[in-house]
Amino acid sequence: MRRLLIAIPYLWLLALFLVPFLIVLKISLSDTALAIPPYTPTIDLSEGWASFRAFLTGLDFENFVWLTEDDLYWKAYLSSLWIAASSTAITLVVGYPIAYAMARSPDEWRATLLMLVILPFWTSFLIRVYAWMGILAQEGLLNQLLLWTGIISEPLTILNTNTAVYIGIVYTYLPFMILPIYAALERMDDSLIEAATDLGCSRMSAFWLVTIPLSKNGIIAGCFLVFIPVIGEFVIPSLLGGSGTLMIGKVLWEEFFNNRDWPVASAVAVILLLILIVPIILFQRNEQRAREMDE
Amino acid sequence: MKRFTWFNATSLTLGFAFLYLPMVILVIYSFNASKLVTVWAGFSTRWYGELMQNEAFLDAAWVTIKVAVMSSTIATVLGTMAAYLLVRAGRFTGRTLFTGMIYAPLVMPEVITGLSLLLLFIGIGLDRGVLTIVLAHTTFSMCYVSVVVSSRLTSFDRSLEEAALDLGCTPFQAFRLVTLPIIAPAVISGWLLAFTLSLDDLVIASFTSGPAATTLPIKIFSAVRLGVSPEINALSTLMIAVVTVGVIIASLVSKRAAVARARDDAAAARA
Repeated sequence: MRRLLIAIPYLWLLALFLVPFLIVLKISLSDTALAIPPYTPTIDLSEGWASFRAFLTGLDFENFVWLTEDDLYWKAYLSSLWIAASSTAITLVVGYPIAYAMARSPDEWRATLLMLVILPFWTSFLIRVYAWMGILAQEGLLNQLLLWTGIISEPLTILNTNTAVYIGIVYTYLPFMILPIYAALERMDDSLIEAATDLGCSRMSAFWLVTIPLSKNGIIAGCFLVFIPVIGEFVIPSLLGGSGTLMIGKVLWEEFFNNRDWPVASAVAVILLLILIVPIILFQRNEQRAREMDE
Repeated sequence: MKRFTWFNATSLTLGFAFLYLPMVILVIYSFNASKLVTVWAGFSTRWYGELMQNEAFLDAAWVTIKVAVMSSTIATVLGTMAAYLLVRAGRFTGRTLFTGMIYAPLVMPEVITGLSLLLLFIGIGLDRGVLTIVLAHTTFSMCYVSVVVSSRLTSFDRSLEEAALDLGCTPFQAFRLVTLPIIAPAVISGWLLAFTLSLDDLVIASFTSGPAATTLPIKIFSAVRLGVSPEINALSTLMIAVVTVGVIIASLVSKRAAVARARDDAAAARA
């Protein structure tokens, strides 16, 4: 009974999570010519060791060498990291005041405000990104508004630029930033601020010296929750970005669906995962530390 | 007593305007009579009518719902089992690997999950269609379910289960009669989460679906790639309406459950 209980989810994840990933790893190391679809799996278990040896000698790093030679790829990795880092910073600046105001609002309001932040989570991500296409377009609402108020005289090109990508990221990932910061601020004891002001702090310095440090764990968690998924983002750059928007998720998609180059797509995926491991481990450490502080 | 300061009121107003205005605009423009989506030409429900005539969208919607119901149900069963293992099974061989496999899909970029599953399906010669999307969606959403359920399992009093076992329940009966009713709210929210994740997913479905099965997000994506379309506005509005009604009902139900629980507790305390 117990064995069965362990075996079912275990085998499911082995078969549909771990094994597929090993296949990606394998294909990223195989010859481009051989692995163009339909590729043939090269390990034949019935032949035992001999085939395993043949498999090992067949591996090569050609695809990874290719990634370093064509500057499209490393530029795409760097640009994904840059877009992720800067949009995380913008999301923090936009999200912190909202989280702060939520935590400081009257008790009877808080549940409603919280629900209003969570509600977009349940709405389709695709639709939320799409909603901006009509607003940011050349003849879109934002340009109409700006022209009407006379702020600009020529419509701005926003859609299909990196600016639109930033707007899309901040918009869709904002709840991920607000929620952990709100959770940290809500637990804060208000008398600490009073104590700081009584001891001669201005309200501004009480904010920097007391509130910010106490919400540090929430800020770090929020930043990782935005930064990590944005690196591999596909929908936002492909709908709001332009031909100049380089993001690795989009490159992988195009490599796979348009160029049908599976080995290179697999190699791109392997490197992307290696890049993500560092922030993921840092995030886990931060979560663990936060839990230990609670106990 | 906390009150709104002008600063907090301003940041809340601006923040929620930013979060909700794009959706409101989308909803308003779905009732636009003009085909030019940025010019207002009067109120009309024309696009809803055209949407209902569009067989391709209706088929895709049906596939999406089928996939979501199947994958979220299997994911809830598997995810609850996985959560039970994480919290209650103690040590077993390969536990670290198991924990890793539960948490890794949560942070795995969708493009990688999709690519790897597609390569698996091709490797074993499985034709892509509804089945492969269900398998793919079940795999990542069971991890979300197990995170939701395990947080509930950690917080509940284990002695209740032990009491049931002492009183002669088999472990399975103890689970069914004691544990399951207590963790039921978490299991239900896990199911809802899995269902929404499946409805919402574009990237993994694009990799794992074949020409025989197109889901709604795939259809929407290929339609909006070329630009804004009034039919998609109408479709989006319907989807937003369903979600909003669903969330409101869910919050009312959970509020009522909380009130009932509080009343039960009060009655128990008096007795």
